[in-house]
Amino acid sequence: MSDQTNISPEQIRMMKDVLIEHVPHARALGMKVEDAARGEAWLSVPYNEDLVGDIETGVLHGGVITAMLDNACGIAVQLSLPERIAIATLDLRIDYMKPATPKLDLNAHTHCYKVTKNIAFVRGAAYHEDEEDPIATCVGNFMLAANRAMPMPISEELRQQADQVLGGGKAE
Amino acid sequence: MSETKDLSLFLDRIPYARFLGVGVDRRGNEITTVLRYKEDLIGNPVLPALHGGAIGAFLEMTAMAQLAFETGIDAPPKPINITIDYLRSGKPQDTFARAAITKQGRRVATVHVEAWQEDKSRPIAAAHGHFLLKQPDEAEA
Repeated sequence: MSDQTNISPEQIRMMKDVLIEHVPHARALGMKVEDAARGEAWLSVPYNEDLVGDIETGVLHGGVITAMLDNACGIAVQLSLPERIAIATLDLRIDYMKPATPKLDLNAHTHCYKVTKNIAFVRGAAYHEDEEDPIATCVGNFMLAANRAMPMPISEELRQQADQVLGGGKAE
Repeated sequence: MSETKDLSLFLDRIPYARFLGVGVDRRGNEITTVLRYKEDLIGNPVLPALHGGAIGAFLEMTAMAQLAFETGIDAPPKPINITIDYLRSGKPQDTFARAAITKQGRRVATVHVEAWQEDKSRPIAAAHGHFLLKQPDEAEA
């Protein structure tokens, strides 16, 4: 983890809940936040036969990787912001380097490398074991304060813990 | 490039299409895909809005269905890349999509896809992607 802000393992464990608990589609895919740092996220999706793109090969559908990278990019953006605000994906480009290997779990690492007043820039990769041998890479842009929705419904306890990790801030 | 496929066979090969709840409606030589709403597709329960990843996956699947439909190749084409533009948030309701093959070469096809909900002229997302067409006896990208 390359980072200037120290986030304790306990806080990271808490972030997993904050970032994923309220996202039904992430839950449906079995997505988990494995690790987190300022502006960076590591996610996993376990291999699941329901997510296969071709029963003759057993290879996961590219869309699973799209969904995972989309979510992982959004989390990296949230982790780069000083306060929790609503964000919206403007665009996401995925390059598929090779098919996922059947039966193996997916991992993703995303990094929000620049935040301007309105836009956050993110890139990332999906891989099995080795990030240097990616299944897919992605680059995406997110709009900040995209709408007036409350960021996410989380318990007050989690909110306070999130404030510690994310450096505080108002929900609205 | 003329023979039209039985798309139920194409979808039967894709467990992930069932997982998402994707169906295909064929009218003559046109197909429209549908992503049937269910709670599992939600990405932001506050708005509420569909998960961008689910929309992206749906667009990608629509492009692949169009390719299968037009080329008559059984095996799903392999995505090389896809760029998704998110235009409006997806409401918790059924979403539809149509794809058009912009250019079909011998090995690679370029496809454009748009998804909408109540109004086709107000798309919620669009994508363009490149796909590798599987030739018999041809393997990796």
